[in-house]
Amino acid sequence: MDLAIQTNKLRKTYGRKAAVRGLTLEVRRGEVFGFLGPNGAGKTTLIKILLGLAAPSSGSAEVLGRPIGDATVRAKIGFLPEHFRFHDWLTAEEFLRLHGRLHKMEPWRLKERAPKLLDLVGLRAHRNKKLREFSKGMLQRIGLAQALINDPELIFLDEPTSGLDPLGRRLVRDIIQDQRARGATVFLNSHLLSEIEITCDRVAFIKHGEMIELRELQSLIEGQITVELRCKNHSPETIEGLSQWSSYVRAGGESLTLNLPDETALPEITRYLIARGADVYSITPQRLSLEELFIQIIGTDAEL
Amino acid sequence: MSVWTITGLTFKEAARRKILWAAFLLGLAFLALYGLGLYTLMKSDPQSFSEVNQLIRNQALGAPLVMALYAVNYLTVIMTVLTSSDTIAGEITSGTIQSIVTKPIERREILIGKWLGFAGMLTVYLLMMAGGILCETYLLSGYVAPNIAQGLSLMWVESLLLLSITFLFGASFSTLATGVITFGLQGIAFIGGWIEQFGDMIHNQAAVKLGIAASLVMPSESLWRRAVYEMQSPIVKAVGMSPFSSASTPSQTMVIYAIIYGAVAFCLAGRRFGRRDL
Repeated sequence: MDLAIQTNKLRKTYGRKAAVRGLTLEVRRGEVFGFLGPNGAGKTTLIKILLGLAAPSSGSAEVLGRPIGDATVRAKIGFLPEHFRFHDWLTAEEFLRLHGRLHKMEPWRLKERAPKLLDLVGLRAHRNKKLREFSKGMLQRIGLAQALINDPELIFLDEPTSGLDPLGRRLVRDIIQDQRARGATVFLNSHLLSEIEITCDRVAFIKHGEMIELRELQSLIEGQITVELRCKNHSPETIEGLSQWSSYVRAGGESLTLNLPDETALPEITRYLIARGADVYSITPQRLSLEELFIQIIGTDAEL
Repeated sequence: MSVWTITGLTFKEAARRKILWAAFLLGLAFLALYGLGLYTLMKSDPQSFSEVNQLIRNQALGAPLVMALYAVNYLTVIMTVLTSSDTIAGEITSGTIQSIVTKPIERREILIGKWLGFAGMLTVYLLMMAGGILCETYLLSGYVAPNIAQGLSLMWVESLLLLSITFLFGASFSTLATGVITFGLQGIAFIGGWIEQFGDMIHNQAAVKLGIAASLVMPSESLWRRAVYEMQSPIVKAVGMSPFSSASTPSQTMVIYAIIYGAVAFCLAGRRFGRRDL
């Protein structure tokens, strides 16, 4: 399979603290890949390693088929950094031209490209305004334009909608979909579930620098169900026995929560519980939302 | 190509942040004041400046000239460190460097581009200030200091040396720490120069060696002392020392040492910047 990103046991430590712990990951070309985790989970560190901004402590990675840090690869990449910090004494148009020149674009091409991008992100009217006069939403727009100036094959977006209004979020979503339609790969770092849910093909869950789970988002939403059971008189052994159907079993008092691939095993589970002397009061199957999955996978502990 | 993009950006930033204009206008004020001062001096004491006694005249003209060049030298030192200490450290802290280094440009190209930008601006500044002082003196009195080309070149090398040192620390530390370390080193060089001169005056070889050792730690001040030695009038050379002159003169070897020192500092800056996490 053609891969845009491939990492092998990547590890990054800062002093004694490990930000990324042995991350092995594959991102296919042409997909929108969500990297989901709480703040401080190591998402930005991974992007920095993949872009050559930070060197890994151990492990290796390939981006677009080349080892990280390769300048020919950087020519095919777009990057929107977190917090959108740019040279704020440049005007919007100067800013785009600068980044185009850094991509070694011909002046005539840049002359065509810059106004198009300004139109795309809705900033044409502000093209002669200095970035220091821009609002956060406008900075994000010009940052996106900058990330797209070279028609990149692979785009890294680091928390692109943090602290933005709904219009800004929709713009990001639309641009991601346009880029996918164009055949580009998008790597999206986010702690926002809704953003991932709407835009991504696959999602990796990361916590404390480790990838905990990797899911196809489509099958996740269509297939898997969560079953809430209310029953009494069940023994711990009985609950343990449920793991033959469900990878995830949570028991709290009268309520049991299971994850099942679909509904077919439900009658069998009911028979199993009754045969072991449990009194079943209700069985409620539900489609699993990403939010529930997130909480199940990442956990609810306060120390995120 | 990319190097020149960064050089242009460095110029543009200095212009946009009003640094160029401020330095230019205050430089003009400095030159105007020097011209007015020299004119007033010449009027009030026509005897010293009379063309009859060339020896006294050269001394009378050489002293304010060297004093003004001393001020220009220190202004250039301060300008160098102040303007360039933020260019790497500041961009790393603010994160603006991230969208630059992820472009198809090598980190060393960024460093070279920035260095060339600052070197260009400092060259223009030094030429305007020192050149202005020399021109004014010539226009008002006809006096031409000896060895102008060597003297100005040495002052120029000093500012480039400081620029490279500032880049080295800027690639490792914060803006403020960079300024503190570079000025701290300049202080060592300054006091070392004095110890060397005093030692020479009282024929104390130990003090002279201590001064030279300080110059080896930071050779910037020795370049100025060599420059002033080249440009002062022969009689001042013979008389000895003042803050604006040089008694114990740094050797040519020290000048070569300073150039190598600067080159090594710049290479180390490139190495540090090339490897660090941003």
